Amino acid sequence: MGAIIQYIESYLSSDKTPGAAGNMFWALVYIMLVFGGLSVAVIAMNWLERKILAHMQVRLGPMRVGPHGLLQPIADAIKLLLKEDIMPAEADGFVFWMAPLIVVLAAFTVFVVVPFGPTHAITDMNIGILFMLGVSSLSVLGIVMAGWASNSHYPLIGALRSSAQMVSYEVAMGLAVVSAILMTSLNATGTGTLSMIGIVQAQMAQHEWFIFKFFPLGLVAFFIFAVAMVAETNRAPFDLAEAESELTAGFHTEYSGFRWSLFFLAEYSAMIAVSSIAVTLWLGGWLRPFPNMLSGTPWDQIFSLFPGVTFLFFAAICFYNTVRMPKHPLFRIQTIGLAGFGVVLGLIGLVLFVPAVSVRVQDIFWFSAKVAGFMYMYIWYRGTFPRYRFDQLMQMGWKVLLPMGLGVLILTASVALLQQKLWHP
Amino acid sequence: MTDPNTTLSPLELGSHDKTFLDANELIINMGPQHPATHGVLRVILRLDGEKVLGLECVIGYLHRGVEKIGEHRTYTMFNPYVDRMDYVAAVSNGLGYCETVEKLLNVEAPPRAQHVRVILTELNRIASHQLWLGTHALDIGAITPLFYTFRDREEILKIYEKYCGARLTTHAFRIGGLQYETYTGFEKEVKNFLTFFRPKIDEYEELLTTNRIWVERTKNVGKISAEDCIALGVTGPVLRASGVKWDLRKAQPYANYKNFDFEIPIGENGDTYDRYLVRMAEMRQSVRIIQQAVDALPEGPIMAKVPKVMKPAAGEVYHSIEAPKGELGYFIVSDGSTQPYRLRVRPPSFVNLQALDAMCRGQLVADVIAVIGTLDIVLGEVDR
Repeated sequence: MGAIIQYIESYLSSDKTPGAAGNMFWALVYIMLVFGGLSVAVIAMNWLERKILAHMQVRLGPMRVGPHGLLQPIADAIKLLLKEDIMPAEADGFVFWMAPLIVVLAAFTVFVVVPFGPTHAITDMNIGILFMLGVSSLSVLGIVMAGWASNSHYPLIGALRSSAQMVSYEVAMGLAVVSAILMTSLNATGTGTLSMIGIVQAQMAQHEWFIFKFFPLGLVAFFIFAVAMVAETNRAPFDLAEAESELTAGFHTEYSGFRWSLFFLAEYSAMIAVSSIAVTLWLGGWLRPFPNMLSGTPWDQIFSLFPGVTFLFFAAICFYNTVRMPKHPLFRIQTIGLAGFGVVLGLIGLVLFVPAVSVRVQDIFWFSAKVAGFMYMYIWYRGTFPRYRFDQLMQMGWKVLLPMGLGVLILTASVALLQQKLWHP
Repeated sequence: MTDPNTTLSPLELGSHDKTFLDANELIINMGPQHPATHGVLRVILRLDGEKVLGLECVIGYLHRGVEKIGEHRTYTMFNPYVDRMDYVAAVSNGLGYCETVEKLLNVEAPPRAQHVRVILTELNRIASHQLWLGTHALDIGAITPLFYTFRDREEILKIYEKYCGARLTTHAFRIGGLQYETYTGFEKEVKNFLTFFRPKIDEYEELLTTNRIWVERTKNVGKISAEDCIALGVTGPVLRASGVKWDLRKAQPYANYKNFDFEIPIGENGDTYDRYLVRMAEMRQSVRIIQQAVDALPEGPIMAKVPKVMKPAAGEVYHSIEAPKGELGYFIVSDGSTQPYRLRVRPPSFVNLQALDAMCRGQLVADVIAVIGTLDIVLGEVDR
């Protein structure tokens, strides 16, 4: 027993990610944690998207399954698992079967290098960002396979649209990423890094998030990435591949049940993945706001309260709505459920106030909070924008974002060079 | 593969004319079960990649033989059937039919009835345009306006429900006037609706008119010239967006539209964006007409003297009104009996749908959806 505690403590004081330290056991635990957390995030995202979108559209969204529809995603998951698994008679069976797996695999594998904190990543690769971009663009392969194997016109067009779109936006995305990576090399040694953790540490060392670096160059690069990442994940207003009004459901028209839900899972985890890239590159990753300006023990303590306060706030919302629940006996179970959910959130919040916990968790909290901001933006876009047309989308990718990306890259490089040569010779 | 019972065009079958189906071309069947074909329209698209080389509409999936039914019903009994044609503008359909039969019988509805008719018909125009706007925006990918327009359309439906008990297929008018006197507070509720609705039009426009993606998706899409419109018989907002100032409310005033002061909004380019602007402006003009009508609502009888058993003298009559979607005409041949000898409807949707091919050729698949939306067809009216 003592040996186990010692083992755990030895890990907790480690300053390396388990993968980098070569600790297979902890790496496995981390993989479990990340994928579990990701699944929970997708479920939460499903509910939140429906609720937020509904409230933007003067309706209520799911209200029946559980209090305020909280159990709706679970009900949907069960429904999808129980549904008949249909494969079109003329489909290419093996490819049809493989396609969702590839998409899901690509979407999940990228999380190997996502840094939730300086030590909170499965591993830290020295080519982390390249790995992320490379693996996340593999999902287009699955989409093309799905469209082709369905042996049907709408999926085929959807898959072609999707592949053209992802390939062309990848270029602009890559240029924006390179300009951020250039910024990591602005230190005494002049060597940059591709490691996800290294990029965040560079922002810490330079006392500046890269979005504000060389204003407005960092901002423009971030903007390019922010547009390209929506296109990359096939979300509104770039959801041509699954344009409901045109192609019924695009590449996954012929998919049903669990296979379909794999595409769904992949779409949402890809959204989280690209948002993580954006957060890592431009928004300081796990860094809390003003880590340098407002440093020192009192500030550290104040900011370490944030995770707990957030959860308590959510709990308060739950309790507020518990009070507002209809008093009819039919709603008793729902009311109890909502109160119970509030209690769980509140307890989590209280646990997060324990200093030993809050110190280790606040990196993850800030990272998740920033990603959640992006998730909200995704939902907001969907509620606001009409859909681009295919040629307009390509035009925007090649004629607007690509030149912009090139320009920003050249300007960033020039400014960085000037700064190193002139101001810090 | 070829079904001998399918007697559609060579466009779909491909087997009659092998030169049609080049290796690069793709025949896609859109509908009748498709989310964006507004009911059961079936469009067969011939595509080169995403580009539309040609298309053909297959209609008739909602055919109920309304015109034939008309020959076996008395004039009064047929009245509710017209509501089922363009079910989002049932009141307009009813107005057209009642006025046609009145013309045949040589009676005229009393002024109060005329005023109420105008109020309800213009409310219906707003409701129809709202439904068009919501679904059109939804087709183009903006999902939110749909809920806004449906929320506001509800207020109109509430007025209908209070007036005649029905929301959609209202059967609001009778031959010779109205069956029901307006309910208490009718004028106040209509006025309340007008004050409620004026800012809502701005709200819709705020979402779309200057939205960059919306403008890109609709400008220069589905362009049609005024000549083509006239040649194809296209009427309504589609014709006016091409720059032709033709509105039956002004050109051949019916009901008592000549008493009201309003303008006919026209477009310039005849593209989807102009049609959108024209319809938005029409909603504003409708508000203006309703305001005048409700302000000057006269007292008096609501029903003209009409025989219980209608036996119009033998003869024929054509009468058309400006329905929300275009010219809605009724042609009735009477042989002096209680039933029409022949009843023919000229539905605006059916005629406007002819323009689909001309508007879509050379454009992309996504534009076909936009054009179907902008034509504002109702399949109940196309197939009858």
